Amino acid sequence: MSTVKQLQQQIQTALDKKSPLFIQGGGSKAFYGNPVDTNNRLITTDYNGIVDYQPSELFVTVKAGTTLIELEQVLAEKQQQLTFEAPIFKKETTIGGVVSAGLSGPRSAYAGSIRDSVLGVKIINGHGEIVSFGGQVMKNVAGYDMSRLMAGSLGTLGLILEVSLKVLPKPEVEMTLMLPCPHEEAIENFNELRQSGLPISASCYIDSEIFVRIAGQKDHLNALIRRHRWKTYDQGDRFWESIRNHTHLFFNHGNMPLWRLSVSPASAINGRLNTDTMIEWGGGVRWVNSNTPANIIVTSAQKKGGHAILFRGAIPGVRTFPTPDPEVLKIHQNLKYKLDPKGIFNPGRIY
Amino acid sequence: MFDDDSDEQRKLKRNAELLFHLRGLLSDTELLTEIEDLRPYECDGLSAYKKLPIAVVIPTTVEQIQQIVNICSRMFIPIVARGAGTGLSGGALPHEMGIILSLARLNKILDVDPLNQTATVQPGVRNISISEAAKPYGLFYAPDPSSQIACSIGGNVAENAGGVHCLKYGLTVHNILQVTLVNADGELLTVGSLALDNIGYDLLALITGSEGMLGIIVEIVVKLKQKPPAINVILAAFNKTEDAANAVSKIIGAGIIPAGLEMMDALAIQAAEDFAQAGYPRDAQAILLCELDGSEERLEFESQQLCDLLNQCGASSIREASSSEEQAKLWAGRKAAFPAVGRLAPDYYCMDGTIPRHQIAHVLNKIGELSDYFDLKVANVFHAGDGNLHPLILYDANQEGEFLKAEQFGEKILQLCVDAGGTITGEHGVGSEKIDSMCYQFSDAEISQFHAIKEAFDPNLILNPEKTIPTLHRCAELGQMHVHDGQLPHPEIPRF
Ligand SMILES: Cc1cc2nc3c(=O)[nH]c(=O)nc-3n(C[C@H](O)[C@H](O)[C@H](O)COP(=O)(O)OP(=O)(O)OC[C@H]3O[C@@H](n4cnc5c(N)ncnc54)[C@H](O)[C@@H]3O)c2cc1C
Repeated sequence: MSTVKQLQQQIQTALDKKSPLFIQGGGSKAFYGNPVDTNNRLITTDYNGIVDYQPSELFVTVKAGTTLIELEQVLAEKQQQLTFEAPIFKKETTIGGVVSAGLSGPRSAYAGSIRDSVLGVKIINGHGEIVSFGGQVMKNVAGYDMSRLMAGSLGTLGLILEVSLKVLPKPEVEMTLMLPCPHEEAIENFNELRQSGLPISASCYIDSEIFVRIAGQKDHLNALIRRHRWKTYDQGDRFWESIRNHTHLFFNHGNMPLWRLSVSPASAINGRLNTDTMIEWGGGVRWVNSNTPANIIVTSAQKKGGHAILFRGAIPGVRTFPTPDPEVLKIHQNLKYKLDPKGIFNPGRIY
Repeated sequence: MFDDDSDEQRKLKRNAELLFHLRGLLSDTELLTEIEDLRPYECDGLSAYKKLPIAVVIPTTVEQIQQIVNICSRMFIPIVARGAGTGLSGGALPHEMGIILSLARLNKILDVDPLNQTATVQPGVRNISISEAAKPYGLFYAPDPSSQIACSIGGNVAENAGGVHCLKYGLTVHNILQVTLVNADGELLTVGSLALDNIGYDLLALITGSEGMLGIIVEIVVKLKQKPPAINVILAAFNKTEDAANAVSKIIGAGIIPAGLEMMDALAIQAAEDFAQAGYPRDAQAILLCELDGSEERLEFESQQLCDLLNQCGASSIREASSSEEQAKLWAGRKAAFPAVGRLAPDYYCMDGTIPRHQIAHVLNKIGELSDYFDLKVANVFHAGDGNLHPLILYDANQEGEFLKAEQFGEKILQLCVDAGGTITGEHGVGSEKIDSMCYQFSDAEISQFHAIKEAFDPNLILNPEKTIPTLHRCAELGQMHVHDGQLPHPEIPRF
């Protein structure tokens, strides 16, 4: 069992020697981001457990090394859940890693992403000090939003010790609809769904089919389904789990690089990329297995108001995250330097 | 004496040089320098703090803003951005050595995109105008501060404004996609994107609530939401404030997330009733105003569940609005509550702490005790569902020392909120007003971390300087005074 003291000591030693650390939770997202050039690992898994959970306050505070599986179980016992359905690539996936990577799953497009859910953090900062920001209440604007800044920072700004997250009641039931849809009409159909007012909690296009998960009370959902004569899919839970955790066949073609494009949801599908595509988040996220040159994919996503990530697979000379505009990059460098002046936390992991 | 003079002369020279450059850039209507023209800008919604700037600039284009920032950056002139000036924490209070940059003329809605459910707007657009423009598409912009007919979306982003519907729909930070800024060098910086997530640091979150200290917001892409098919508004009255407070936790605990859940105490109820005739029961000690939305079927089920809960919690009466007119009337009382309370005394001072919901009863009690101690009345009207309190302290600024007393009372309330596990500000921001309370909520290491953020964006500290984040020196001084006599703040010590 590691204690805060031990973690702090390891960081202090790194500071003294100016020797960078690679922070690791369950190691399930080691592939995500640039490799960190060090053998000096800081492992969080021993620092785990629920610190505070008050269902009627709609928050939970957990230590970084707690596994997502355990956390979700604790919440489920009180009929509550996190809103973002982050991927569990390995059962060891920790909440610290989830928040640091900032990768949200199917539900997040409808109920809120990881950064939307972060209420507060306790971290060890670049000076080895323990500092807390945000808190356990939903509304808090005292000082800059340091807690959301930690979400998606891939461990480059400090060590998350604890995080407080918003939780919500679990819906009584969820059902999955299956709507046939030619590839060319996927975006149009997503647009219609967005305007339908349906209680959607996840959506996915794959293989000429749109899967839509709806959430609510049983009677109400059944009535909806009857009224619209929709076809339901009885393997819904398994299907969404396979999308969430990338165990679906689509993610395991193996031989081509997997790209994740995050774009303006209603933007058209790029004809040159559409051979092997899966679409999530009502059109906002498009996964592509493709050998198309990286610059074409990256530019295509940028033109649609977003970005592309080389998610799996290596391409020589291509980094996971494309370089942002110079002004944005400059702010990243300034922040990194100001918050981690000795450069000990996961240097180079993002840019 | 001689030194003072040369200081004064240097200042005059500097101001003259600044105005010379600004005149080259702006027309007469875009640059105000006469005292009587500056007066309207001497304060924001917190009128107890007043200062005059050197000049007020009201540019028409983003390019002008870039050039203004450029000039000021070269000359180290403080720039205080100003939206509609409805802020309640002195965030837009002028700097006496600097200029006010008003965004009022950047007031266009550039685009409404019904397919992506977004709108692209300039910062000076009024909050309510966005929902009006989105209405034909069945969409609306969710964060709705009570000041929504006046406040600007740029100001909303700068404060991370909330509203009566943020329990369900989130704060400003949850409802925007992209912000374009003019940074401290006068360069354009775009943070966030049109996509639903981003890579790298969450700069959008940092900018939201940054109170004009990290950049000048010149364009915003907001998310729009689908109008709910049906709405239900329920008013519950209670003979005991405690019962109303406990009902709040019970409702959320039961898995109901209302679109809005507001609470008012006896003084606020009476004031609102006199002012707006909303039909609130005058003899109640507290009321809860609860809005549910969703599909018809869902509403019916949830409303029943809610009414049962309210009864269990000891509601003395429950009323469901039967028409949209009646709904509007019930809300009218709440929305007019601030001005209504404003009629009870010459002045009022609005606080903004947030606490965990289960602490509402306890903290309201304590506020009552403090009210007796300071001999100043308080009305409470607030976002109960979020635990976001708005105690309105009534006082008379014309009475010697009363504002100081109100401030001391306010500071005690904020400390109470921090001690209860909450925060000194839920939505109004720190500004000039709560800068001392920051020392109470944060350690030196935490405050240093905030300064580090500021320096990463604005190394020369020209954007809204000396607000929001206290210097460590200031906190140390405060700490010592606490030890000495427990009386704060001393009038002879400058606040900022
Ligand atoms: C009656 C009343 C009710 C209110 N109710 C609520 C409520 O329910 N919820 C809530 O959250 N607030 C409420 N407020 C507070 C206030 O309306 C909000 O804080 C609002 O967001 C301020 O907007 P503004 O345009 O008036 O900003 P201003 O007061 O002009 O400025 C506020 C801050 O933002 C900065 N700023 C403004 N524009 C920009 C820009 N373009 N770029 C960078 N910085 C900028 C300023 O420098 C300042 O620090 C209320 C105020 C009143 C008077």
